[in-house]
Amino acid sequence: MEKWQGWDKIQYEAGLDPHFGTKIASIPGGDKLLACIQCGTCSGVCPLSPYMDYTPRQIVAMIRAGFKAEVLSSYTTWLCASCYSCTVECPKEIKITDVMYAVKRMAIQEGVYPKRFPTPVLASEFFHSVEKTGRSTESWLLVRMYLKTNPFKMLKQAMLGFNLWRRGRMGVGVESIKRKDELHRLFTAMENETRAERRAGQEVRP
Amino acid sequence: MTYVYFPGCSLTSTGRGYHESLQEVCRALEVPIQELEDWNCCGATSYMAVDESKAFALSARNLALAERLGNGSTQMMVPCAACYLGLNKAQHYLQEFPAIRGKVDKALAAAGLAYSGRVQIRHPLDIFIKDIGRDKIAARVAKPLAGLKVACYYGCQLVRPYAEFDDQHNPTTMETIMTVLGAEVIDWPLKTRCCGGSLTGTIEDVGLRLSYIILTEAQKRGADLVATACPLCQFNLECYQGKMNGRFGLNGKVPVAYFTQLMGLAFGLSNKSLGLNRLFVPLPERRAVAAGGGAHVRG
Repeated sequence: MEKWQGWDKIQYEAGLDPHFGTKIASIPGGDKLLACIQCGTCSGVCPLSPYMDYTPRQIVAMIRAGFKAEVLSSYTTWLCASCYSCTVECPKEIKITDVMYAVKRMAIQEGVYPKRFPTPVLASEFFHSVEKTGRSTESWLLVRMYLKTNPFKMLKQAMLGFNLWRRGRMGVGVESIKRKDELHRLFTAMENETRAERRAGQEVRP
Repeated sequence: MTYVYFPGCSLTSTGRGYHESLQEVCRALEVPIQELEDWNCCGATSYMAVDESKAFALSARNLALAERLGNGSTQMMVPCAACYLGLNKAQHYLQEFPAIRGKVDKALAAAGLAYSGRVQIRHPLDIFIKDIGRDKIAARVAKPLAGLKVACYYGCQLVRPYAEFDDQHNPTTMETIMTVLGAEVIDWPLKTRCCGGSLTGTIEDVGLRLSYIILTEAQKRGADLVATACPLCQFNLECYQGKMNGRFGLNGKVPVAYFTQLMGLAFGLSNKSLGLNRLFVPLPERRAVAAGGGAHVRG
């Protein structure tokens, strides 16, 4: 008899991460996540839910149940455009947009986001450019994102870039603040504070 | 009272028309503004996805710099919807969560800064209606936008989740201003639906589809143009129309202008000073006005 092919689709309790839900719920004001009634309002109002692999309602249920691997590697959070429709409509006042952010941060920290998918790459590139110069330069941000995901696409976008440049809407220089040292002291102090929290044994929020 | 003006990164590049027209309109309405010296990124959407507490620190630096300028009663004018949300979010989190407040305060001190929490973050729509008032705007109108049908589009982050100046589901501030300018506003349900945000640059097919839905609805309801209050909305809705024509069958071109550009036009300011030469899709000729304000003829 042929061997059954569906084993890898079955989830066992032992494969779940029982702390995943509470970890995500540890974000500021995040405890309401655990009170979700699965009404589906979030999925109904979400303009992106038709394109997601799991709807927001499913993601919330999966977070609470501990499906860490599936949630962190799903496309759902990377399709969230942060429009806050779900957050303002949720009858249990769950900050779903912020939950999505927490999942994004954890996925980046643990390196498990979908590889070469442009959204997390854009987020990381944005972060690093602001870290360095204090401002975001839209042109270079996009160039770096395309180089790391799909360089061919950059060629296709060249016309748009040219049309923007022609109208003075995109420069070739890099935007920067003047007192970068001030900003770096600010960032270093934030990093030290986070390290101190961790040493003190406090739960570090995603 | 001088407003501390926070342009944000987009208004220095793709959103330059917004930057230019806002300054012109403020000058015309005698609203004194002063650009925040050495402002930095607000810590918006994409940054928040990597490090939340640093995003708050970024906003806090801007707020601290603004507070230093304003002697304790600073009003900050923030035209970009993403910056408006980012700064407001930081403000709320600093007020509500003492742990975040403590951390950010220490970091600010390390950079020689301090923030007591007294800056008010306000959108120009809010300032124009609440502080300046429709009468003063009406008094400045020299060339009414008669015969122009405008779809007022707010996008998402301007009204959700923190805006207190207008309704989250059916904001009307922009409609009020457009009516004062003499334009006709259309009634439509998508004024706060998401334009796709940065998805147009990352997952293009999905991002463009969201923008297309908004444009095509505005068209079906008879709008001549879409008025926006966000640089990313304006860019998404305007600059990808060629692709939307080919991919989804968007019918023709829909002009998309900043509400400040329309204010400037009604005030009789020059196209160039309002950055209208930077638009990809030119605004419709004001035929109806030339014909004496009669029935509007669609070309």
